[in-house]
Amino acid sequence: MYSQKIIEHFTKPKYVGEMDNADGVGQVGNPRCGDVMKIFIKVNNGVIKDIRFQTYGCIAAIAASDMVCELVKGKKLDDALKVTPQDVASQLGDMPPIKFHCSILGMSALKEAVDDYRKKSEK
Amino acid sequence: MPKVAYLDNAASTKTDPKVVEAMLPYFNEKYGNASSLHSKGLEAKEALDRARKTIAKSINAKSEEIIFTSGGTESDNFAIKGIAFANKQMGNHIITTSIEHKAILNTCKWLETQGFETTMLPVDNEGFVSPEELEKAITDKTILLSVIHGNSEIGTIQDLQALGEVCKKHKVYFHTDACQSYTKAGIDVKKQNLDLVTINSHKIHGPKGVGALYVKQGVKITPLFHGGDHEFKLRAGTENIPGIVGFAEAVKLASKKDIERITKLRDKLIEGVLKIPGTRLNGPRGEKRLCNNTNFSFMGVEGESIGGYLNLKSICSSTGSACSEALLEPSKVLMAIGLTHEEANGSLRLTISKFTTEEEIEAVLKELPPIIKKLRRMSPIDKVVKHVLPKNN
Repeated sequence: MYSQKIIEHFTKPKYVGEMDNADGVGQVGNPRCGDVMKIFIKVNNGVIKDIRFQTYGCIAAIAASDMVCELVKGKKLDDALKVTPQDVASQLGDMPPIKFHCSILGMSALKEAVDDYRKKSEK
Repeated sequence: MPKVAYLDNAASTKTDPKVVEAMLPYFNEKYGNASSLHSKGLEAKEALDRARKTIAKSINAKSEEIIFTSGGTESDNFAIKGIAFANKQMGNHIITTSIEHKAILNTCKWLETQGFETTMLPVDNEGFVSPEELEKAITDKTILLSVIHGNSEIGTIQDLQALGEVCKKHKVYFHTDACQSYTKAGIDVKKQNLDLVTINSHKIHGPKGVGALYVKQGVKITPLFHGGDHEFKLRAGTENIPGIVGFAEAVKLASKKDIERITKLRDKLIEGVLKIPGTRLNGPRGEKRLCNNTNFSFMGVEGESIGGYLNLKSICSSTGSACSEALLEPSKVLMAIGLTHEEANGSLRLTISKFTTEEEIEAVLKELPPIIKKLRRMSPIDKVVKHVLPKNN
C-alpha cells in the first residue's frame, strides 16, 4: 500500500523530536481522528534554520511530517509556506488517496508554527 | 529476510499441508462433476457426501442440513437475505448486534433499503450480548436474530444457548456467524437451538473460497443463486469438490490438544504485552475468549504505526485504528465496548494458530516494547509522556 519512500521516512525519520527554545510551535489534529502533529521551528533572518516534529498517527502521518520538515528546512518563511500538500505527497511517491489529508495536516502544522513565530516576534 | 512471525490468523490461516494433500487428487484424478452419473461423477459425489457428513457431525447436525458455499460472506448473505425474503409475511424485523462482521452489517443495511428494519443490540464492555436486551428488542414483526459467535476482533464468545432459548420462546430464527469460533469453541445446533450457522474453511487451515451454511431442516429460506439442483436446491453451481474435501479435512484435523496449546500461547502473549505501561486488553479473559485471540490498546500511539514497525521486524499483525479504514473511523467493535477514539486508534490485534510457535510469541514480546516506547517518544500527546511513561524511561 505504501511507497518505498514513505516507508523510509516512517522507519528513519530525520527530524523527529522535541526542540528546546523553539521560536515557533504549531500543533494540529486530534487524537480522536488518529492524527496529531506538532512542528517546532528555529528562525534566523526570516529563514527556517532548524525544524523538528512530533506526531501521533499512522505510517503516512509520520512520513508526511518528516517530509514537510525536509522540504522547508533552509527556506525563507514565505517560501516555506508556498510548499503545498501536493508537493509533500508527490515527494513521498504514491500517497494513497485516503492518506492525502496527512500531507494537508503536516503543512497546517507548519503554518501554525510560522504564525506562532510571527505573533511572538511582533511583541 | 528473517522468518515471518504470522500473528494474523483471524484474517486467514496457513493451509495445513495435510489438507493440501487430501485435496490434490480432486484436481487431476477425481475431477468429475458431482452431478454426473458416470464413474468420475460418482467419485466426486462420494467425496462430497463424506465431507458433508464430517462437517455435519462436527456441529451435531444432519448431512442434509449442510449447504456448501464460497465462504463466510456468502453464507452470511444467504442466511440473512434468504430468511428475510422467505419470511416476509411473518414480519420485516431483524435483530443483530453492534459487533458483527461487515458481511452481516452491510447485508442488513442493504435490506433496510428493501423495506426491512434492523435493531442493533448493544454489548457490555467485554462484548457480551444480554439475553434480556434481546428479549426486549423482539417485536411481533421480528423474524431473525443474527449474532456473531466468537468475535473476530476482541474474541468474545457469546452464550449461544441462552440467546437460543429466547429465540425459541419467541419463535424467531437464530443465526450465528461462527467463522472465527468453528472448531475452537463448541457449536451444537440442537443444544444451542440454532437454525442457521455460518462456517468457513480458510480460518481453520483449510483452503480459501469454501464455506458452508447450516440450515435446520424445515427452515424457510430462499436461495441466493438460482440454477441447477445442487445443494438440495438451495445453492446452485457445480460444487467446489477440492475445496470441500480440503475443508472437511481441516475439520478432521482440529484437535482439543491444539486448542490447549494455543490457549497457553495466548495467555503468555497477554501477560507479556500487558507488562508494557499504558496498555489494556480489549475483550474478556479466560474461557469466554477465543483461544487464539488477543487485542490490546496502547495509550498515545496509533495502531497502524505499531503494525508498520512490527512488519519491519517480520511480525504480521492487524489494527482497528481509524487510519486502517477507508472511512477513517475506528473499529465499530472497539467503539461498541466503550473504548474512546484514542483507545480504539491505538489497538493491535494478534491472533494465533496451531502453527504458531513459542519463538513467534517471544519475538513479539521482544520487539513490541521498544516499538511502543519509540512511538510514544514521537508522540506530541503530553498526557502520555506525563502519565504513562515512568520517569527517566
